[in-house]
Amino acid sequence: MGRHLKHFRYVMGENSVTVFAFSLFALIVFLAILGPWITPYDPLATNAANTLQPPSLRNFFGTDHLGRDVFSRVIAATRLDLGIAVSAVSISFVIGSALGCSAGFWGGWTDRIVGRFSDTIMAFPLFVLAMGIVAAMGNTVENIIYATAIINLPFYARVARAETSVRRGAGYVDAARLSGSGDVRILASQIFPNILPPMMVQVSLNMGWAILNAAGLSFIGLGVRPPEAEWGIMVAEGANYIVSGEWWLAIFPGAALMLAVFCFNLLGDGLRDLVDPLRRT
Amino acid sequence: MFAELRNLRQNVFTSKFIQVGRRLAQALPSVFGVILISFILTRALPGDPAVYFAGDMADKESIEQVRVALGLDRGWVEQFFIYVGNLANGDWGMSLSTGRPVTEELLDRLPASLELTLLGLGLAVLIAVPLGVLAATRPNSWLDHLCRLLVTAGVSLPTFFTGLFLVYIFYYLLGWSPSPLGRLDILYLSPPPVTGFYSLDSLLAGDQETFWASLAQLVLPAITLALFALAPIARMTRAAMLGALVSDFVRTARANGLSRSVVLSTYAFRNAALPVLTTLGMVFSFLLGANVLVEKVFSWPGIGSFAIEALVASDYAAVQGFVLAMALLFVCVNLAIDVILTLIDPRVGLD
Repeated sequence: MGRHLKHFRYVMGENSVTVFAFSLFALIVFLAILGPWITPYDPLATNAANTLQPPSLRNFFGTDHLGRDVFSRVIAATRLDLGIAVSAVSISFVIGSALGCSAGFWGGWTDRIVGRFSDTIMAFPLFVLAMGIVAAMGNTVENIIYATAIINLPFYARVARAETSVRRGAGYVDAARLSGSGDVRILASQIFPNILPPMMVQVSLNMGWAILNAAGLSFIGLGVRPPEAEWGIMVAEGANYIVSGEWWLAIFPGAALMLAVFCFNLLGDGLRDLVDPLRRT
Repeated sequence: MFAELRNLRQNVFTSKFIQVGRRLAQALPSVFGVILISFILTRALPGDPAVYFAGDMADKESIEQVRVALGLDRGWVEQFFIYVGNLANGDWGMSLSTGRPVTEELLDRLPASLELTLLGLGLAVLIAVPLGVLAATRPNSWLDHLCRLLVTAGVSLPTFFTGLFLVYIFYYLLGWSPSPLGRLDILYLSPPPVTGFYSLDSLLAGDQETFWASLAQLVLPAITLALFALAPIARMTRAAMLGALVSDFVRTARANGLSRSVVLSTYAFRNAALPVLTTLGMVFSFLLGANVLVEKVFSWPGIGSFAIEALVASDYAAVQGFVLAMALLFVCVNLAIDVILTLIDPRVGLD
């Protein structure tokens, strides 16, 4: 463990961008957990006397068309956006690794079926497929999560399959088999822990994309319903006011979204450096 | 000697022909998979699909009609064959919100979306490929850093946010661009349709004024799409060029004293172009998704806007028709790219 920590510190010292990404990540998680308690105003409280006010000391990010405080709403939305992305990514991680591991370990028909299944999903433009799934299953937040999970499945299945198939004949697998472990036990206790690092890189590279995807779906009016605070829907609500110059309605939630995605992408690159030093660019 | 050469050429030609044919056959499972998923999606509706496809205003009789037309009263396998048969006959169902066949609605709006998507993709390629090449030839220069910044920032930008940001700057603040509403300002009449692309049609009709007006409407949404597509193309070009530049054949070419530009363009770039072309397929798929968002921001009357309206109105036949059309379009694009790759890659067909 100490060796890993040292390597972690080394990579961090090398790369100030990764330090920045990790701090931003900490801030986002902090806001997602504590968000609702630290907003200066109630994110849902309307105030007819104070609508469309530009940013000021009283309302850092201004107020929207119903007089709600944009700053409070942007912070409160962190939990929902991150929640959707984390749930979706966890589902694809669990199902994707199970499918990919079995495909890589057993090969043959399992491999062919899983491969064909991934290919078929990848044959769709993914955002469009997500729209179709939400339309078919019903317009709710849960279905946004399932749709995002389904379109991300192939990425996890592919990484897991590739990493498993190169380890299938490794010495420690043979050793485990000699000591009497069955296939499933070998997969769970020997192979899965070993493919975890590349899978984690995939998770953090994928997380940003999942956030973007979910926000895009709510931007076109799927899933999250107003007055709920969510970045995509806030940008959609603010879009009408852009042409008349009230930029703060859309720009601040959009910037928050961008920063979150940026953070996860940087984090993914940093994690990859940590896990796979050969692929550093 | 010459006869042998001609023979070799002939062989390469036939083997390329076979390769292309094989590639066309490989697309069939994709098409089947796409149709199967689309079938599942239309049947996955909670409750009775016939009720959904007949619409809110339908009485018992018309629901029954829809049930028979969709084959919902029969077994699953039979339903699937009826579905495929309907698709093949061009019967993709009726759009409830407009009362017209879905295929007609989609075909009417497709040129608007294609004009936008292709211009966006073209812009992205024009900027990203030279940028990636320059970044690879000058590692750690300011250009390389700019490239890296663009690549990381580009994939983090939500397209709808970039679009709105551009509207705010270029329409509201600077007043350079026309109002972001549709393909043509209401002052102009749409040109006589030939290709369906307003910019091309107005040129064909010799109407310069309309051409500039339609171009002015196109610029911002196309730049929005291009900014989004830039990142993966530049990243791939840079990586592929870096790989080609350290290869044996480039070293040999250099050692033989060929000029820098010949080495770069003929030896390195032509080899690097293959993975870049493959990436373009993926980028196109992303663009088809991003297109939906950009069309909403700019009130662009394409199939993306149509799909959003249909989603809001619970017009299921229209939404699933849109999903299927996009998937088939994407399969075709991938196929076209693979065929081009087979044709231009000298290594394919020589084995």
